[in-house]
Amino acid sequence: MVLPSSHSRAGAVADLRYSILSLVAQSFRGNTAWRPVWREPEPKPAYDVVIVGGGGHGLSTAYYLAKEHGIGSIAVVEKSWIGSGNVGRNTTVIRSNYLDHANIPFYEWSLKLWEGLEQDINYNAMVSQRGVLMLYHSDAQRDALARRGNAMRLNGVDAELLDRDAVRRLVPILDFDNARFPIHGGLLQPRGGTVRHDAVAWGYARAADSRGVDIIQNCEVTGITVENGRAVAVETTRGKLHARKIGLACAGNSSRVAALAGLRLPIESHVLQAYVSEGIKPLVPNVITFGAGHFYISQSDKGGLIFGGDIDGYNSYAQRGSTPMIEDVMEGGVSLIPTLSRLRMLRSWGGIMDMSMDGSPIIDKTPIEGLYLNAGWCIGGFKATPAAGWCFAHTIARDAPHELNAAFRLDRFAAGHLIDERGAGAQPNLQ
Amino acid sequence: MRIPCPYCGERGNAEYAYLGDAGVSRPQTPLGAALEGATLDAWMNYVYLRDNPAGAHRELWYHASGCRAWLIVTRNVSTHEILNVEAANGAIRDGRVGAL
Ligand SMILES: Cc1cc2nc3c(=O)[nH]c(=O)nc-3n(C[C@H](O)[C@H](O)[C@H](O)COP(=O)(O)OP(=O)(O)OC[C@H]3O[C@@H](n4cnc5c(N)ncnc54)[C@H](O)[C@@H]3O)c2cc1C
Ligand SMILES: [Zn+2]
Repeated sequence: MVLPSSHSRAGAVADLRYSILSLVAQSFRGNTAWRPVWREPEPKPAYDVVIVGGGGHGLSTAYYLAKEHGIGSIAVVEKSWIGSGNVGRNTTVIRSNYLDHANIPFYEWSLKLWEGLEQDINYNAMVSQRGVLMLYHSDAQRDALARRGNAMRLNGVDAELLDRDAVRRLVPILDFDNARFPIHGGLLQPRGGTVRHDAVAWGYARAADSRGVDIIQNCEVTGITVENGRAVAVETTRGKLHARKIGLACAGNSSRVAALAGLRLPIESHVLQAYVSEGIKPLVPNVITFGAGHFYISQSDKGGLIFGGDIDGYNSYAQRGSTPMIEDVMEGGVSLIPTLSRLRMLRSWGGIMDMSMDGSPIIDKTPIEGLYLNAGWCIGGFKATPAAGWCFAHTIARDAPHELNAAFRLDRFAAGHLIDERGAGAQPNLQ
Repeated sequence: MRIPCPYCGERGNAEYAYLGDAGVSRPQTPLGAALEGATLDAWMNYVYLRDNPAGAHRELWYHASGCRAWLIVTRNVSTHEILNVEAANGAIRDGRVGAL
């Protein structure tokens, strides 16, 4: 069933390795000799593994399936163009400053993969470890962050508890003496930071393509064929693709795609917005999260301030939000950094989030054989891109989760093993 | 987004609080010690599982900064178009919603 020719790299457009020499050579040719960095193959009738969703998670899964597990015949099918979903809409923050014992090792592995990613895939993703600072505004918050920092350190993650003066030296522009929410200090993870999000999609796409993965864009999955309890094929707008295994990585659309196989998920889709100001000179040196409201901010290399807050809070598949949340986020921002009120906001946009009911993700097999699920990332799945792909690839290839994603089970809701670290989930009827 | 309240008229969504899917109903049987079988499934459906459709969605909104009525709003969640609004108490009386 599986076509052997899929091992060969038809066209092999990605053979060019980027280096200082390749850049110089290209510039002498007036930058006219650059070629597309991945192929645009026609879908084949059959693959070993088909991944649904060409976001960060789908592309990294395909890459690690090929690289770590030697799977030769893989397709990633994407309904639009790759990077059109949340991987290109997020605020680019990466960190591993978690508290729960199920989360810390997973997110730390992700941060380690980020640290080696650009060498691994030979692509500049502008990984910038500028530090992530969580502020505290009361004694109780300091105790909670001290506990978090200790949990991180026990797991080998870097964490420093800073007092007010140390935070002031780092970021003098904050409103330290705010009457309601004075800043008492912060928990710094120096290795956290930001990554250029589009480059993550493109870099993984190029690296996966060069290992023979077919990236098939403008190809929406419209059906999943299940025979005798086993998923055997996906129907798409570009024909039927048979597969021995099918992995779903559809971010905000997980419920809809899983429903094609008759599954009902503990997930609601919600809209989350992001905002960018006009470009200014360096003002915000790292990623800062406000402890007294839902607001966080960093500054891009172009100079724009990038910030965000909460989900709008109601089911949505529209990739745009509403004005009350914009107002709420701006209020949070101006409380933390009063000088923001002098800036103009350039743009805002929305992305559709899979809000799982406990705020934590799912990387698991499903009750349907041959069908695997990566979903429920809520508002924080960008930082997970490398480890989610790595663990999902392991789960698909070995038919069992890796130790790192063993807690991210689909059946944990029925079993009562929720992950007690609220990344802010949806609306379970708990009362 | 603006939601027309049957009592107060059309108001901005910031006046409302959201509770989600109005289609799930609270099981009659208490969960007790039943950690498997039909009772567990019914509670799983009510507490955690959702259809999460991309089109029309029947959902509960509470007019918190207004008349404090619970409403059942039918909304196209892909366009934010409000298709229908009714007071939840009528629907509860008629047995058309069991979520509250
Ligand atoms: C405004 C905003 C800010 C955020 N900030 C952060 C942050 O700072 N840090 C962080 O860690 N996370 C952040 N996130 C969350 C993060 O972006 C997501 O959790 C993550 O990107 C989801 O994984 P993905 O990249 O694979 O998703 P996506 O890029 O959305 O990929 C899913 C893909 O599946 C495709 N698809 C869906 N249905 C089908 C179908 N039927 N057939 C084929 N393809 C289909 C979609 O078109 C899409 O391309 C943010 C999100 C948003 C919206
Ligand atoms: Zn009202």
